[in-house]
Amino acid sequence: MSDLLLLLGAFLASAVEMVEALTLVFAMGVTRGWKSPLIGSAVALVLLAVIVAILGPVITEIPLTPLRIVIGGLLVIFGLQWLRKAILRASGYKALHDEDAIFARESAAAVNAGTDVRAGIDWYGFTVAFKGVLLEGIEVAFIVLTFGSSHGSVPLAATGAIAGLVIVALVGVVVRALLSRVPENTMKFAVGVMLTGFGVYWAGEGVNIEWPGGTIALAVILIGTLAVAWGMVVVLRNQKAAALVRGQAGV
Amino acid sequence: MVYVRNFLRFWYDFIVGDDWVIAVGIAATMVAAWLLEESSFPSWWLFVLAIVGLLFVTVKRAARD
Repeated sequence: MSDLLLLLGAFLASAVEMVEALTLVFAMGVTRGWKSPLIGSAVALVLLAVIVAILGPVITEIPLTPLRIVIGGLLVIFGLQWLRKAILRASGYKALHDEDAIFARESAAAVNAGTDVRAGIDWYGFTVAFKGVLLEGIEVAFIVLTFGSSHGSVPLAATGAIAGLVIVALVGVVVRALLSRVPENTMKFAVGVMLTGFGVYWAGEGVNIEWPGGTIALAVILIGTLAVAWGMVVVLRNQKAAALVRGQAGV
Repeated sequence: MVYVRNFLRFWYDFIVGDDWVIAVGIAATMVAAWLLEESSFPSWWLFVLAIVGLLFVTVKRAARD
């Protein structure tokens, strides 16, 4: 079961980040031509592959206990950050991630940006696409390496991430409009729960905790994290609705 | 100097993020859990309480802002 969760976690994280990166690449391609953003994206992907290829073997050589302390701790921190944003978005305290709005904003900025063509490359389009793919990709690489190495299977996590990348890229290329319909917040919620759950389990093992029930505890932690996070969404939604009613009543 | 600062800033933003309370809270929880385990006290409950508490605090802080 944990193999499947590992695969799913890497897939969802990669898909979410790919949606964000692809939105920037499309905005550059539509407004400034496709050549430079595509080259920028390709260079970023090659750089990411090099980072994973160098760090992957190094990380898997580290003994499991210190690895789980560091990586488990980082995963919990990462997971709680994702969960906080997802809870605030789901409860209406933070605007939903709107890919259409980001596309419009980036397109307008690209139209107004000056032209700097060197060696046949439009550097604005190249740089925006390169930075977008690299920064979003680093998050995916981090999740793949940490999930994979703690679980003892970087290739499995990488497979999930590559599947997420390819599927979102294909969907995006076929119908760009579909990108804005990807349930990004729901996916981020799921990734937040998984990062937090796996992180707690591994960090706990790193500091010598013996979880009651062994690996069954992982499932309990994941379900518990989901229940607590969803409970917070419900409470915050009710608070916001009550505040709106009070505001309309002039209380 | 600017490059070093930007480099450190990137990693701070990447790992610590918007709310330092999470990072400090997790580090403190792990140290406390390790100390309990070293004293032969089970500490899994501390982890569970800490996660719920930290999530509550960070969401509350963000919602208030």
